[in-house]
Amino acid sequence: MSGLFETWVYLAEQPLLWLTLTVGAYAIAYHLFMLTQGFALLNPVLVAILMIVATLMITETDYATYFEGAQFVHFLLGPATVLLAVPLVAQAQRLRRQWLPLSIALIAGSASAIVSALVIGRVLGLKADVVASLLPKSATTPIAMAVAEQIGGQPSLTAVLVILTGITGAIAGVPMLRALGERDPDIKGFATGVAAHGIATARAFQHSERAGAYAGLGMGLNAALTALLVPLIAWLAGLY
Amino acid sequence: MTALIASVLGLQLAGELLARWLGLPVPGPVIGMLLLFTALSIRGETPANLSKLANTVLGHLSLLFVPAGVGIISYLGLIAEQWLAIMSTLIVSTLIAIAVTAFILRWLKRPDPADAKPASERSS
Repeated sequence: MSGLFETWVYLAEQPLLWLTLTVGAYAIAYHLFMLTQGFALLNPVLVAILMIVATLMITETDYATYFEGAQFVHFLLGPATVLLAVPLVAQAQRLRRQWLPLSIALIAGSASAIVSALVIGRVLGLKADVVASLLPKSATTPIAMAVAEQIGGQPSLTAVLVILTGITGAIAGVPMLRALGERDPDIKGFATGVAAHGIATARAFQHSERAGAYAGLGMGLNAALTALLVPLIAWLAGLY
Repeated sequence: MTALIASVLGLQLAGELLARWLGLPVPGPVIGMLLLFTALSIRGETPANLSKLANTVLGHLSLLFVPAGVGIISYLGLIAEQWLAIMSTLIVSTLIAIAVTAFILRWLKRPDPADAKPASERSS
């Protein structure tokens, strides 16, 4: 019995265990999602996170230890962002013809994401640092964390809120737009990409490469715009 | 394939350096994406193995968000305390942003001529 315990103590210190857990939990969650023909609430990111959080709580492992292993997966976000250029180039001509409608929709969507979070958060009585952490929630993680820090939020809380935003967009975005009568996959892709970044983009790629390109464009543009708008809106609102 | 991976990492690195030197508020990988976009636009075609690499990585983009999301474990206390207010704000605000973006785009977008099919091919 003590041999088993020693093995655990050894493995728990190694990145390999937590890397395997991350990829394994996602593989199971993805398989489950496919088995249910894409049942929205079984979003693979959400299910994988819940499985891993449960495992860490049961084994009393802290996040820093887990991240030693998971960082190898986390790191790939950078190269994956660079590779988003490939579907964008494939759709470039189409996107160029629509640059004006896309720009106006982007500005309206980006501003409404920030202002609505500010207003609703204040009305519901959230503390200033939690509101500040919520404002950049529609931007992709690295931007959102940097912006939150700039306006007095907590970057690590922002990372979590960004993921929850992405999951919300991936689960509820397309069903809501469908209920509103929207059928155009380009519009669905772009709108969810602007409001719910990479997780919605990943979801759009499962639909088609073209919807994914629109979502990736929305995500990339809103990353830059959020970095400019959040400090401005927070300053106007007297948040810092 | 290794040359390809090195190029992608190199573009990310170049993006990080440019962001730092020029003091840009945009993350390095996003600048790396713009650099790759420019290079491919000038070249006029995307090498087949680069398309393959992009499809493989982007097909499993969701996996890459899992480690950051597990960070919620450090905030279970805060979220348990204020979960209703936090989640209401987050969900309503996200749905508003999606609806506003889609509504404006629906209003302004013109049908793309490239999508138009001859009348005989239309199903309805």
